[in-house]
Amino acid sequence: MQPEWIWGLGGGLLIGLGAALYLLGNGRIMGASGILGGLVDGSDRSLERLAFLAGLIGVPFLLRPLLLPAAQTHLTGNITLVIIAGLLVGLGTRIANGCTSGHGVCGISRFSLRGIVATIVYIMAGVVTVALLRHVWGLI
Amino acid sequence: MRVVISFLAGSLFGIGLLISGMTDTTKVQGWLDLFGQWDPTLAFVMAGAILPMLVAWRLTANRRPLIGGRFPQKAAPELDCQLIFGSVLFGMGWGLVGLCPGPALASLGYGGVGGIVFLIAMIVGMVAAPTLGAQLDRPANAA
Repeated sequence: MQPEWIWGLGGGLLIGLGAALYLLGNGRIMGASGILGGLVDGSDRSLERLAFLAGLIGVPFLLRPLLLPAAQTHLTGNITLVIIAGLLVGLGTRIANGCTSGHGVCGISRFSLRGIVATIVYIMAGVVTVALLRHVWGLI
Repeated sequence: MRVVISFLAGSLFGIGLLISGMTDTTKVQGWLDLFGQWDPTLAFVMAGAILPMLVAWRLTANRRPLIGGRFPQKAAPELDCQLIFGSVLFGMGWGLVGLCPGPALASLGYGGVGGIVFLIAMIVGMVAAPTLGAQLDRPANAA
């Protein structure tokens, strides 16, 4: 097993290549929350977005048994926590108009002030949340 | 062409998320656990993802997308309540269980019932967001 940072860097490069292909090919910013959000709220129900989701969901599902059969999400079994987190992520990413891929990857690489500030804010909010829930209240 | 490029981009994104460990919520929460057993992997993922995009943004200068049209304009360097408040909510949800929208989708095929519940809750939040976002605007506009 190679050090985990090599997997992180390699996987990251693939993510960036996907974003670069989407930008240079289709002229679009690859943001997961924007692509899904437009589909579910009806603002953009294009085939382009559906095809993106098909690749994003289908290809890891099909290739996981070959690449990383042991990969798991290790998601908490506390379903209340899962629902609250899902609601917060859905609300927050649409209100802020971006998530880790749109603001983080695409925004930072463009030196966008909004992308950089959003990324700092959501990482800080995440750090505080984990610190409180794990080390103060012992919930996660 | 547009649809094929979309599918390929989504596939690369999904495999990248899987390989990098970003669909593993323990790794993501480990990155956010600055005051515990900090896991730096996500920093390498971010760096790896930003590199090709640095090149890609450079290539957009004086060019057009392959399928035609225009590249998206850069947002004005203005910060507003929605960006900050939305990012705080997102970060809280991200920290709670360790999933953000990309990995939530990429792991849907092997994330079990919990992953599906998360996705449904996230979609409900996305649909409700414009209503809450509009509330945010009101005091700012009145002032």
